[in-house]
Amino acid sequence: MITVSSLLDAHWYERYKTISKLNIRSSIYDVTNRCNLRCKGCFFFSSGEHQVGDEENDLALWHQFIDREMARGVNLAILIGGEPTLCLDRVEAFYKKLPTFCATNGLIKVPRDRFPELMVGISLWGDSADETILRGKDTFKISSANYQGDPNAYYLYTITPKQLGKTEAIITKIRDVGLKVHMQLLSNDEGVDGFSWQPEELVAVREEMDAMLDRYPETVISCKYYHEVITSGTMLGRRFGWMECPSVTEPLDRRQPQPKRLIGFIRWSSNLRAMHRCCTSETRDCSTCKDGAAHMSWVMVNKRAHIKTAEDLQNWIEVYEMFAKLYRFIPW
Amino acid sequence: MSDKINETITRIAEIIINELKLEDVTAATFNPDLDLVDEVGVDSMDLATVALVLRDEFGIRIDEDDYPKLSTVRIIAQYILDKQSSGE
Repeated sequence: MITVSSLLDAHWYERYKTISKLNIRSSIYDVTNRCNLRCKGCFFFSSGEHQVGDEENDLALWHQFIDREMARGVNLAILIGGEPTLCLDRVEAFYKKLPTFCATNGLIKVPRDRFPELMVGISLWGDSADETILRGKDTFKISSANYQGDPNAYYLYTITPKQLGKTEAIITKIRDVGLKVHMQLLSNDEGVDGFSWQPEELVAVREEMDAMLDRYPETVISCKYYHEVITSGTMLGRRFGWMECPSVTEPLDRRQPQPKRLIGFIRWSSNLRAMHRCCTSETRDCSTCKDGAAHMSWVMVNKRAHIKTAEDLQNWIEVYEMFAKLYRFIPW
Repeated sequence: MSDKINETITRIAEIIINELKLEDVTAATFNPDLDLVDEVGVDSMDLATVALVLRDEFGIRIDEDDYPKLSTVRIIAQYILDKQSSGE
């Protein structure tokens, strides 16, 4: 039988042991159905998820809900929206009780006196021209002013086809405001004119993501195996899709055979009763989904499949470390 | 007592090998002191899967809070025997 220590030297084995017992149990929460932007390509609005139910406005019920979530073992709350910063009391309800990550467009600054260590992921969709096309304004000017030098914030940079050849300018802009960046992709079935991927472009974007990681390792939080998996949609010869996805809401998961999955994962609507099918749009074609969290989780839950060669296991460790950094379980 | 624990160890090893589809190992060659997380690469979903089979096999309930301390087959065997003897 192949053991972990038989594949790794002392340095890698220590890295493995640091993460192997983290036992992260995440769930995702729509904090509100409202947003202060309407971005083309935002799955929340394009698939009508804001209409699933009226958002719960009673803060006491949010507190009770969070207590129930903790009781069932959730130890990482991932807050999305709408725009969570429109409802800071709800964000605070999570933050005071749980390790919490807040996704935001960065237009409203999370007050650091109230949320000193809240990890904030700021969405960015490209350069000024593409941001204006997709979001109606260049959000970077505002978000970078709000979060310049913040040690608990980073950019979630969605690379679209039009960004090929332009990513370095974005990465350096982020570096120059003292922030870090994680790169992700737009899924084709958002159907935004001029922003769909062709296979050859995905090969090129992988090369560009790798080059950015090589050139800016202090700024880019990522790893090359993740780039390979998300751009190719394959891992260890398997193709990503509905029967492989780890990020399906557990009580709605009737798949047989049951794939390796996130234990206890639920994506909750802001009415605190309805559950969404998965971590992204229910209308999405899973075979072409490029959701970043789903792909990194896909690697993470398939640990033993990577205990075959030293390279496979080191790849797994790097993806797990990347996730743990992005959600503050280990330092940058 | 040593026969009982050895018998339990062997059966747990069989269950783990079968449920996790471990290759190149048998119950006879499985080291009962091997750390399941640090060396075999078992994760919490694996543990949950194995715990359900152990519950049915040995008639005991394994609390999820106890998973972190059940780090080897020998420790699991002792945990099961203790639960059985206390009637839990």
